[in-house]
Amino acid sequence: MGCGRRQPAPSPSEILPQVGPTELRAPEAFGVISDRAERSRALFLEASRVLLHPRCANCHPDGDMPYQGTGLQLHDPPVLRGPEDRGIVGMECTSCHQDRNVELTRVPGAPNWHLAPLSMAWVGRTPRGVCEQLKDPARNGGKSLAQIVEHNAHDELVGWGWRPGADREPAPGTQERFGAIVAAWVETGAECPSEEARP
Amino acid sequence: MSIRVRINGVDKELDVDPEMPLLWALRDVLGLTGTKYGCGQALCGACTVHLDGQVVRACVTPIRRADGHSVTTIEGLSPDGNHPLQRAWVDLGVPQCGFCQAGQLMTAAALLAKKPKPTDTEIDQSLAGNLCRCGTYTRIRAAVKKAAGLSEE
Repeated sequence: MGCGRRQPAPSPSEILPQVGPTELRAPEAFGVISDRAERSRALFLEASRVLLHPRCANCHPDGDMPYQGTGLQLHDPPVLRGPEDRGIVGMECTSCHQDRNVELTRVPGAPNWHLAPLSMAWVGRTPRGVCEQLKDPARNGGKSLAQIVEHNAHDELVGWGWRPGADREPAPGTQERFGAIVAAWVETGAECPSEEARP
Repeated sequence: MSIRVRINGVDKELDVDPEMPLLWALRDVLGLTGTKYGCGQALCGACTVHLDGQVVRACVTPIRRADGHSVTTIEGLSPDGNHPLQRAWVDLGVPQCGFCQAGQLMTAAALLAKKPKPTDTEIDQSLAGNLCRCGTYTRIRAAVKKAAGLSEE
């Protein structure tokens, strides 16, 4: 017999079903991971494919100006977040952005269009960094995990990520599936992946 | 659909498509041509008006958003062209071609309404979305400061 060296456990990405870049795995697919904490971490990594997608992260900027496009281009015109994350006088977010996309002009829109506060910056963060921020009431708007699930599953501004209009690339999957992934992450203990882990 | 909107202090009822851009309603339905069509994509600021005192770009604002609200255009900024900004604009000869100036004035008016004594940085940041192809920016800033009673250094 051999020397008894154990094979390393396969990583979640090796045992989960493969999906394309525009899809999200269903929560049930994570049932192949028997360890509950490991399953929770894998679920968050799946959710991070949405959270760190440009459609979502562009308005969770790490500075005073949002991004646009898919390559961290600074917003043009040069708007600023302002004291309430809704722009400055003369350059409010809703000076241009409406409650829905205006297709003829390509200007994106959804209800309550505004930036996430700086405490909720995601640009430049790892999935673990985003995970820890999401769980911290001091940095998540005072939300419980149940409220985080509800927000992700049903908020209309979050939902714009899948209906960005014009030729913009939507976030992977659907809001319904994303909400289910986040709910499953919470149900399995809301564990955060390691600093090095990537989806 | 009938849209009820107060334009420059006068109540109007418009029978228009609710998705019609506010700019179309102002210019083509109401004949208020002081507000200009520039880019049509909310990128230049030529169509800037106030909706309940807040700056909006009329070219991308559907008229339904103004239903039940108050819109102010350059024609309504003052009854007789005597707003401090308008006087400063004339005194300093700000415009060159003039096409962007209604938008510049409306944004500047919103700024002064909220910040009567703005800093140079605040003026530049608030007006950063109002483009002037003639390059009158230095005179615009000087006129805003003059209207605010600030010395130009």
